[in-house]
Amino acid sequence: MTPRWILAALTALALVAQSISAQAATIQITMENLAILPAEASAKIGDTIEWINKDIVAHTATARNGDWDVMLPPNTTGTLVLKKAGTVDYYCRFHPNMKAVLKIEP
Amino acid sequence: MMFVRLSAAIAAVSLLSSAALAQGAKPTDPQIAHIAYTAGVIDIKAAKQALNKTRNKEVKAFAQDMVRDHEAVNKQALDLVKKLKVKPEDNDTSRTLSKNAADKLAELGKLKGAAFDKAYVDNEVAYHKAVDNALETQLIPSASNPELKNLLQTGLKIFQGHEQHAEQVAASLK
Repeated sequence: MTPRWILAALTALALVAQSISAQAATIQITMENLAILPAEASAKIGDTIEWINKDIVAHTATARNGDWDVMLPPNTTGTLVLKKAGTVDYYCRFHPNMKAVLKIEP
Repeated sequence: MMFVRLSAAIAAVSLLSSAALAQGAKPTDPQIAHIAYTAGVIDIKAAKQALNKTRNKEVKAFAQDMVRDHEAVNKQALDLVKKLKVKPEDNDTSRTLSKNAADKLAELGKLKGAAFDKAYVDNEVAYHKAVDNALETQLIPSASNPELKNLLQTGLKIFQGHEQHAEQVAASLK
């Protein structure tokens, strides 16, 4: 016999967990042949960005406004959970010819 | 100042192209592989000299990037020639490149501090410009094996990145 309040609490927790997982998305962005694809991506606060570096050289995803700087060694994936809204221009510090934009909505 | 840099770049470009043109015919794949590999080795040597001499954080980081990237590209090139059973072949362009690079190393070796940093980074801008130009106008169009062509094209994009990176570092030294 489980007390009713525990059941209610569990149900509430399950609902919260469900709504979080439904809201937070993972967005994949590929770096291949010195190009960032898609060059323009949209996401929301709480979403995770996954940069997949398919090149033989290391890259970075570096925000021009200084908000983040993700190191991406060759053939690896780097992640970032978005915490701040705004349109952020970012580039690779090692190869500044690689440029892209991330639109982060609240 | 700008003129000195520009003329250095032009001199480097014309050295590269005149050396290649001296051969008359377009370079063969074994020659192209040798030229591309040699160009990478030259930049690694220049970067290692810089790592020994510089105290500037940005110059040091740039030189480390050059060693890492050019070693990665050259490793890929070695793997490819092995796979294709191509033996890289020494040639006039490779020899001219190596000779010029040895002269440059000796010249930069005499400099110290900020004067070295500036000369190294300016030369990196000019050198990558020259190599990118040679890749674009001669090596890539002459390459016949598609995998070699593909690697050269990737190399070109990486080195264009280095060119821009070097320009940024040069601007920060002013």
